[in-house]
Amino acid sequence: MAKTVNIWLDGKHLEVPDTMTIIEVADQNEVYIPRLCYHPDLPPTANCGVCVVEIVGNPTPKRACCTPVSEGMKLITNSKKLRAYRKTLVEMILSNHDVSCPTCVANNKCELQTLANNLGVDSDALPNILEKKPVDESSLSIVRDINKCIACGRCINVCNETQTVYALTFADRGINTHIDTAFSLGMANSPCVNCGQCTVYCPTGALHERSELDAVWEAILDPDKHVIVQEAPSIRVSLGEEFGMPLGSVTPKKMYAALRRIGFDSVMDTNFTADLTIMEEGTECVTKLKAGEKRPLITSCSPGWIKFMETYYPDLADCVSTAKSPMSMFGVLAKTYYAQENNIDPAKIVSVAIMPCTAKKFEARRPELRDSGYQDTDYVLTTREFIRMIKEAGIDFANLPEEEPDKGMSFYSGAGTIFGATGGVMEAAIRSAYYLVTGKDLENVEIQGVRGLEGVKEASVEIPGFGNVNVAVAHGLSNARKVLDRVREGLATKGESPWHFIEIMACPGGCVGGGGQPYGNDIASRARRGLALYEEDRSLPVRQSHRNPEVLKVYEKFLGQPNSPLALKLLHTYYFKRSVTNGQVVGQVTHKHQ
Amino acid sequence: MKFYRSHILVGISEASLLAGAEEFIKELRKELAKYDLQEEINVLETGPLGFFGKGICLTVYPENITYQDVKIEDIPELVEEHFLKGRPVKRLMLDTTSKYKPRLNYENRIVLRNSGVIDPENIEEYIGVGGYEAWEKAFTQMKPEEIVKEVKESGLRGRGGAGFPTGVKWSFTAPLQVPQKYVVVNADEGEPGTFKDRLIMEGDPHQLLEGVMICARAVGATKAYIYIRGEYKLCIERLRKAIAQAYEYGLLGKNIFDSGFDLDIDIKIGAGAYVCGEETALIESLEGNRGNPRWKPPFPGVEGLWKAPTVVNNVETLANVPFIIKNGAEAFKAHGTPQSTGTKVYTILGDVTYPGLCEVDMGTPLRTIINEYAGGMKKGFRFKAALVGGAAGVLLPERLLDVNMDFANLNEYAAVLGSGAILVLNEHQSIVDLLWSILRFFRHESCGKCSACRNGCQQLYELITKIKKGEGTMEDVDLMLTIADTMFATSFCALGQSPVMPVRSAIENFGDEFQEITKR
Repeated sequence: MAKTVNIWLDGKHLEVPDTMTIIEVADQNEVYIPRLCYHPDLPPTANCGVCVVEIVGNPTPKRACCTPVSEGMKLITNSKKLRAYRKTLVEMILSNHDVSCPTCVANNKCELQTLANNLGVDSDALPNILEKKPVDESSLSIVRDINKCIACGRCINVCNETQTVYALTFADRGINTHIDTAFSLGMANSPCVNCGQCTVYCPTGALHERSELDAVWEAILDPDKHVIVQEAPSIRVSLGEEFGMPLGSVTPKKMYAALRRIGFDSVMDTNFTADLTIMEEGTECVTKLKAGEKRPLITSCSPGWIKFMETYYPDLADCVSTAKSPMSMFGVLAKTYYAQENNIDPAKIVSVAIMPCTAKKFEARRPELRDSGYQDTDYVLTTREFIRMIKEAGIDFANLPEEEPDKGMSFYSGAGTIFGATGGVMEAAIRSAYYLVTGKDLENVEIQGVRGLEGVKEASVEIPGFGNVNVAVAHGLSNARKVLDRVREGLATKGESPWHFIEIMACPGGCVGGGGQPYGNDIASRARRGLALYEEDRSLPVRQSHRNPEVLKVYEKFLGQPNSPLALKLLHTYYFKRSVTNGQVVGQVTHKHQ
Repeated sequence: MKFYRSHILVGISEASLLAGAEEFIKELRKELAKYDLQEEINVLETGPLGFFGKGICLTVYPENITYQDVKIEDIPELVEEHFLKGRPVKRLMLDTTSKYKPRLNYENRIVLRNSGVIDPENIEEYIGVGGYEAWEKAFTQMKPEEIVKEVKESGLRGRGGAGFPTGVKWSFTAPLQVPQKYVVVNADEGEPGTFKDRLIMEGDPHQLLEGVMICARAVGATKAYIYIRGEYKLCIERLRKAIAQAYEYGLLGKNIFDSGFDLDIDIKIGAGAYVCGEETALIESLEGNRGNPRWKPPFPGVEGLWKAPTVVNNVETLANVPFIIKNGAEAFKAHGTPQSTGTKVYTILGDVTYPGLCEVDMGTPLRTIINEYAGGMKKGFRFKAALVGGAAGVLLPERLLDVNMDFANLNEYAAVLGSGAILVLNEHQSIVDLLWSILRFFRHESCGKCSACRNGCQQLYELITKIKKGEGTMEDVDLMLTIADTMFATSFCALGQSPVMPVRSAIENFGDEFQEITKR
């Protein structure tokens, strides 16, 4: 039970619950205590020591991040001594850091750089003692540069606690302490699911996406290539932040304009295939529901979740929708349908995806995703890489006149755009499943029960002619475990899952909080971006996937029906079982539809 | 029972085993058999004899003659002269020619009173000298709160370094109503130059077990772990035997002597990290995790091993408990000073005549310990400095030797009792070299969790290396102080707070050496 205690923060009397830490109280009262390893989204690791404050009567300062307030506490957050300690601490951290700021991906976003600058630290106070170690570039998604690591432990925290992936740990001791994968085999040979949450929370440039910017520029600048680009739903609500626009600005049309100025030959939209995914996945769901299937259907859009499932829950692989992700559906259609419609040799098409995601880089290179006869998606850029591209091209994004995308694979409904927020796929699917079962549209398309940032959301939707459909939505893989463990338990004990349909997104908040999103990607900004997607949904003329005219056209002209043999061939996939120690494929657990 | 004319007690410790004690005993028995003395002279293996010289040491009763550094080659002479003819071999007897005669302080011993006297591998010998009487009293005559009260009253303070009052520590855990509590014995003795716990465990393992049992009874713990340093092979072996014997005698297990009280004791072997001597890092290690410290609060007494309330006590601390329970707090308080009661076991090493361990009353002046108990400086050497409290201790020059070895007085000298290690240096030793070796140790042992200790230890090591090479300046010396102070203020645990002690005391008390070496 929380008690209220009296404390004095820099002389100011406050009454606060004793469950709060000093730094939480300070933040709430707008007293800034310098910090480095502390992040409000994560449990404190208490490693850096920068947040020390003086407690009157205590011989040594205490860490504000993990010291709870107690009755009568008199706190001093700044003093000559504290300033000196903090400076020396940061000087010590810099002395064991690869200080290559101008060329670092985290330049201007780096929390160490900002702190050092704010504290007025002398970078030459101590000799640099860094022993350079090789950079881990084994992963298709994430680069780990240990030379820039300050061993704050946030990545371990987010990987082990938030995501329960357990790819990272501390290794060795003393000055050799570093963050490593098991047996130092590198990220590619770890259970890492490529979600990139470590890159989001890394305070420096030690963890970042594996950049494919150069390859994309090469393709754009190659006159023989036809470069087609797609952008994920969540991109349009996070781009603006980087260009001085308010958090949650909805900017799809500036985005199209920027892409065109950069030189992409065809500017399309992933939201189109999000709608298409609903048609495929929704049909799959309705078929299962009608057949009275006891095992649930689980969404398959999130590549971090898919690798996680293959690693930790391969026994549930048959429950996961066989539908490819919207990105991969787009990729395969670009080199088949689009090529055919526009008379372009698919060999000359370079398909680029701009994603909020690092795991998409891994997905694009899955060997099974080559149903077009080519690698379906050639390059994946994260939002951060795209921002760098806009900056390199010198585009004034905030003031860019809006433009429309190219036609054919770019029209989208409100259902497609909310894919970017947790619960969005579920909501979009319910909107269409209702129609597919009853032949009628839902009266109110907004399903509030699956919205918001609660870790696991449950809802029950009545579909006339079928009854109640129980659904669950989980975001963040630790929450996914909670749902999956109950599914496992239900199947083992009662022979049925507690839910018919489940949405799982690897990243907390869904794609708006993806591992490739702009720096400053905390829970608060994820919430704001998610709301922006719902705002866009409300503003759109079409809000249901089955009403998307371009989707209807692709069925009419090319695919036939949802789940038709051609649709199953091009738009559906299968899954593997992976080793929990090194993430490598150890077997195939489901098969391609015949 | 058989009667013997004489008993030869052979001190078995890691050191004597290294010197070939096992082979020695075999040869000694063979030689005695040659003269058909095996029925008259008994050869006994005991724990370490205490404060003596190198190699294999023997004590012969009832003559009470002690031999040191005896070699296998000496056996024929020893047996023929002493045991056959009754003429003790003077040249092997403990050296009494130094300025100070060593004081064999048996009269003041609490923790070591049985060490070197009984066979540590035999529970009956321990019972024979009054062992497990305190246990019996605690189990049959005292309520748990009375045990806590008695220990509180005794004024016993933790002997691991921090000196926290033991009874107070227990009183945090005892009243908590939870299904599981633990007692953890911190036997991960890792402070350089310290080996008191090893000798306590080697010499009298049952005394420690008795202490653990009483503590478990007092706080309501049903499971105890002894987290022991992996290198302490003999301790581990002897403790295992002792635990097995205790089970056999019904002192451990379920429903002990129908008291309704259960207790199991297990041994966990440490993997050699200094930081695991820090109680929360030790708990992490016990749980199977990387040995990194945890933030306090919550303190282990409330939330420790597997989140259950856990009392973590040092070996020496618990070894004092049977005496307190058996003889009462007053008897314990008869030793030491009012604020620092009881005795303290020290390990003295370096350039003294008799390096080894001694147990003396708290508050004994450092000068007395060095000059009287350790026999003063080795012949031909002059005193320069004493490093008191291990690597995390303080370097004291001659003028500060009058400090009394108790918590309060040491504090006045800005010194600490620490682990009870006293390293004595002669006038030829370099303080800079010593500091270099201390800082190399810390650099190696920093767990790397917090940036202050991780980077600070390395920076200190680099700076002292530079100074040692004669390439440093007084600015570097000042920088060392700045870093050490910052580490003290901002390190996560006590390890990172430690280097400031040797660094500051070395620079303050032996500043001229730094002046000199940086001038070169």
